[in-house]
Amino acid sequence: MENLIALLIAAPLFGAVVLLCGGRRLDKTGHWIGTLLAAVSFGIGVVLFADMLGRSADERTLTQNLYTWIPVEGFQADMAFQLDQLSMTFVLLISGVGTLIHVYSIGYMEHDERRRRFFGYLNLFVAAMLLLVLADNYLLLYFGWEGVGLASYLLIGFWQHKPSAATAAKKAFLVNRVGDMGLSIAIMLMFTTFGTFAFTPVFGAVGETSEGMLTAIGLMLLLAACGKSAQVPLQSWLGDAMEGPTPVSALIHAATMVTAGVYLIVRSAAVFNAAPDAQLVVTVVGAVTLLFGAIVGCAKDDIKKALAGSTMSQIGYMILAAGLGPIGYVFAIMHLVTHGFFKAGLFLGAGSVMHGMNDEVDMRKYGALRTYMPVTFVTFGLGYLAIIGFPGLSGFFSKDMIIEAAFAKGGTEGWILGGVTLLGAGITAFYMTRVMLLTFFGEKRWQPDADGHEPHPHESPKSMTIPMVILAFGSVFAGAFFEIGERFLKWLEPVTGYSHGNPPVSAMTVTAATMVMLLVGVGIAWAMYGRRPVPVVAPRGSLLTRAARRDLYQDDFNHVVLVRGGEHLTRSLVYVDHSLVDGVVNGTAASVGGLSGRLRKLQNGYARSYAVSMFGGTAILIAATLLMRAV
Amino acid sequence: MNPVNYLYLAALLFTIGATGVLIRKNAIVLFMCVELMLNACNLAFVAFSRMHGNLDGQIIAFFTMVVAAAEVVVGLAIIVSLFRTRHSASVDDASLMKL
Amino acid sequence: MDFPLLTVTAAVPAVGAILTAAVPAARRTAAKWLALLFSLATLALAVLIAVRFEPGGDRYQLTESRSWIADFGVRYELGVDGIGVVLIGLTALLIPFVIAAGWHDADPLETSSKRWRPTQGFFALILMVEAMVIISFEATDVFLFYIFFEAMLIPMYFLIGGFGDRAHAGSDENAAAQRSYAAVKFLLYNLVGGLIMLAAVIGLYVVAGNFSLQEITAARAAGTLDMATNTERLLFLGFFFAFAVKAPLWPLHTWLPNAMGESTAPVAVLITAVVDKVGTFAMLRFCLGLFPDASKWATPVILVLALISIVYGALVAVGQRDIKRLVAYASISHFGFIILGIFAMTSQGQSGATLYMVNHGLSTAALMLVAGFLISRRGSRLIADYGGVQKVAPVLAGTFLIGGLATLSLPGLAPFVSEFLVLVGTFARYPVVGIIATIGIVLAALYTLVLYQRTMTGPVKEEVRTMPDLRLREVLVVAPLIALLIGLGVYPKVLTDIVNPAVEHTMSDVKQTDPKPEVAVEAKNGEEAK
Repeated sequence: MENLIALLIAAPLFGAVVLLCGGRRLDKTGHWIGTLLAAVSFGIGVVLFADMLGRSADERTLTQNLYTWIPVEGFQADMAFQLDQLSMTFVLLISGVGTLIHVYSIGYMEHDERRRRFFGYLNLFVAAMLLLVLADNYLLLYFGWEGVGLASYLLIGFWQHKPSAATAAKKAFLVNRVGDMGLSIAIMLMFTTFGTFAFTPVFGAVGETSEGMLTAIGLMLLLAACGKSAQVPLQSWLGDAMEGPTPVSALIHAATMVTAGVYLIVRSAAVFNAAPDAQLVVTVVGAVTLLFGAIVGCAKDDIKKALAGSTMSQIGYMILAAGLGPIGYVFAIMHLVTHGFFKAGLFLGAGSVMHGMNDEVDMRKYGALRTYMPVTFVTFGLGYLAIIGFPGLSGFFSKDMIIEAAFAKGGTEGWILGGVTLLGAGITAFYMTRVMLLTFFGEKRWQPDADGHEPHPHESPKSMTIPMVILAFGSVFAGAFFEIGERFLKWLEPVTGYSHGNPPVSAMTVTAATMVMLLVGVGIAWAMYGRRPVPVVAPRGSLLTRAARRDLYQDDFNHVVLVRGGEHLTRSLVYVDHSLVDGVVNGTAASVGGLSGRLRKLQNGYARSYAVSMFGGTAILIAATLLMRAV
Repeated sequence: MNPVNYLYLAALLFTIGATGVLIRKNAIVLFMCVELMLNACNLAFVAFSRMHGNLDGQIIAFFTMVVAAAEVVVGLAIIVSLFRTRHSASVDDASLMKL
Repeated sequence: MDFPLLTVTAAVPAVGAILTAAVPAARRTAAKWLALLFSLATLALAVLIAVRFEPGGDRYQLTESRSWIADFGVRYELGVDGIGVVLIGLTALLIPFVIAAGWHDADPLETSSKRWRPTQGFFALILMVEAMVIISFEATDVFLFYIFFEAMLIPMYFLIGGFGDRAHAGSDENAAAQRSYAAVKFLLYNLVGGLIMLAAVIGLYVVAGNFSLQEITAARAAGTLDMATNTERLLFLGFFFAFAVKAPLWPLHTWLPNAMGESTAPVAVLITAVVDKVGTFAMLRFCLGLFPDASKWATPVILVLALISIVYGALVAVGQRDIKRLVAYASISHFGFIILGIFAMTSQGQSGATLYMVNHGLSTAALMLVAGFLISRRGSRLIADYGGVQKVAPVLAGTFLIGGLATLSLPGLAPFVSEFLVLVGTFARYPVVGIIATIGIVLAALYTLVLYQRTMTGPVKEEVRTMPDLRLREVLVVAPLIALLIGLGVYPKVLTDIVNPAVEHTMSDVKQTDPKPEVAVEAKNGEEAK
């Protein structure tokens, strides 16, 4: 059975190779090949899942060691996989949602002449992401980590003729590289401390080293997670990443890749459990991002950017939960899975809307679309209800658990974190209601596009709506399915551990408070966008709105400090290289040349002047000899 | 007569020759001045030979004469060919021997 | 005595060079094929060396030894260790690509006279360089090494000065002046380094009484050959200076951008991927082997210089406007990594550095050769003259991207393995240095992606609209390089198995052991983790 693990990765990888090297002759069939191979991967995942369910909880981990990847004296990295319950959850999510989005892309990318290549990149992404979650050591995880970064780069910049897309792709890669620095330093720290960086031995030896070292490793892992999961302060790339085609935003920048940071932290639970300081930083980062993303999401008029802010915020929830330790790990992953369903569904819905509206992304130019796109409206609406935590839907269960866990942390910390998560729930309700109202309700505010075409909204083709329906199904029922009989908790507990914590208030109180926040959020949004007409041109807005529109000036800060500063630095270094380093050398050459030019003048060609120097020289020599004698 | 006086004379002749080499332009005169210096040396050698009662100095004087004769042959040939091309025997006109 | 495989491997390209040079003016194409044939024959011999080499066997294998200049104890001694084997392999592997990529680079211009034979000269010089580089990798006699280390400057000088990039801004005279400046600068830098080394070589003879690397190393290790501390340090500096110029290490690097910028792309590959490797190879073999104590003494300074190279090279690369100069500065950054790995004095660092030499050769070759194809199409080296190439020439852009990704050490491609080993090896002994060097991976992404973005993406520029995609010959040049980059990225074991024993020998030369991990963990296969 364990031999199937490599096949999980091999199938989409094979697809990527075939599609990218196959050339034009595969243009007609490429998308089918890509979708089929993603589905094959999902099929293998289901087989492995069924097999895993058939075994008892402590025998569920499968390992497969292919070969030794990098064997150097004292340093051994294996090409080895480990499939436990945590990896399994991700495998199903990645290959499942991945396959759905492949199907969706068949319709969405139908008119793109480079569709074959798009599917090649998508397959590459699925393969790399599976490698990431299946690796049994940190270096192999790093391989997958950068692999998804590459796929993300290629897909964000898929429409490369747009300079904005190319810039966004580059930015995403660079910001992620800063995070990768953290991951590589963490691996180096592990290597010098434990002599290995494979999961099992490292986690087993955690107790034998100092807390300071573990805190350092934990913080470096957090840096990596911040990069990949768009957490403050490395969050700036996610908004720009919306330049990519919408299926990409759904798969990579909502459901799977951006959650890799959560996976990393939960996977490294043993390290974080022993480093409370690092955990505290994790929760702080999660809490800050949670509010940051939510505030940004409130002000964006671009539907995808609003959803991107929401993604940031929801991942903030997950990171916060993961930082809570054993109280929160399970719920972080549970929210990750339900979020995978409803956020992918929301993005696909947004894509469907854009598809019908001449690729318009400004929500202020939508309005009243519910009758024109009924399927999109219903699926989007269900996703909306799920994300705001409407009772009974997926988001309700998973988010509620995180809020409870935050309170259960105990002490002042618990109250602060709990308060932040509650506030976040309210803001989430506000901005999602705003998106919903602007897009599907109110009156038509449609504008002709740049070429003067009036939009004719229409429902999207079947290949697009079916995945949306399936995801909506997941958004509605996944949470309840996981929660009944604490199925999800029992499933993951052997890997991540679980403790109740000591909640200061009862679960009912928390749920009630969440409901109040939800109603307040929805109510404010209704008052602002539902009752009165929405202007097509955005009003100037309050100070906070303007700041949020500009991503709270974080990008401007980056621009001034890093980009401008970096430009000055490189320019001055180029100057230094040319004038100083090279100048010293050229100067030496020039001064030798100058000296010989001067010496050359002595050779004037006049025989008698040579004679003078001869006589003079002789005279000096004789005088010197005599002088030496005399002394 | 005190042989030292011959040395004084040789020094005098050498100085005259050296001065001539430095201040005259005409190649022939220059040449004669060089000969004068050589002969001053010969005189000094012979005088030393006499003073030390040793024949070495006289033998060297012969060598000098032979070398001087050879030098005169080559030198005059150069001067003649120089005069043919430039119609002048001034050494300053032949200043092309430089970098 | 056995078949002298090492001599033959070095002699084949030398003979090829002479024969190629002798081909008549009218038979240019024959000369090209002849050169390619000889380079392939050399590759076959290099493969044979790798097959005959036993990783677990003696340190130096396939040795040959003949008396040469008996009065000075100079012997014709050859032998290879694992490091030599892989570098000979790299050289022999890259030359056919260099020749194939430069197929038309030295065709005579229409206007030149019929008897003018630049093509023959170009390919003969390339083969000559190959012969000299190979024998430098094989020589175990310091004097023999020195001779070829210096002699390779002669063909390189003519390659840089005589065959410039035809894509240049400004007039032909201006370009010729630039070219000759670059060639003279290359020659002077390396000659100065070589002269200082010559003094050190003579000094070594005075101290040791012979030139044999094996004897001196053995005597040093056994403690039978004492050197005064200062003598050893001065000799070390003499050797190191020459290698640091060749490698090149900051601040001795400024000849490289000029030389790479002005020469044709294949020659630029020859410089940075092949010839410069002799410098880093010699640091590992001669500096550490002959002067272990002085090497340890100089380590702090060298590490700082290497760090400066890494960060500085990358930052200056970001600011370049010329594609080839950008690649040159990127190479300076990579050489910083190699030198860092060598002087970190850990097994991981040195294995990583050796792999890095090979992988940098492959990745730079891929990137530079594709850049050369690009430049030859548009006739300009300036980044600003390109834009949107991806749209008109997707295969070219794709291969360029893969070359770039290799340069920024993406996992899955070969350079990642070596770069990570260097970083880990450095970090294990000098954590702060390791962390600063890690900044290099961010900067590498910056200059590579900026280059890719400015040339390949965005709206299609008018001048590149009609640009043809890669031709069959060009695909045949690039595809194997990319296959190798991927192959060695996921299965580097083929190289590490050969390199590891040699690195252990080097580590014992300098009497260093790897830092022990703080906590000893039982490896999962039950074997003791070191």
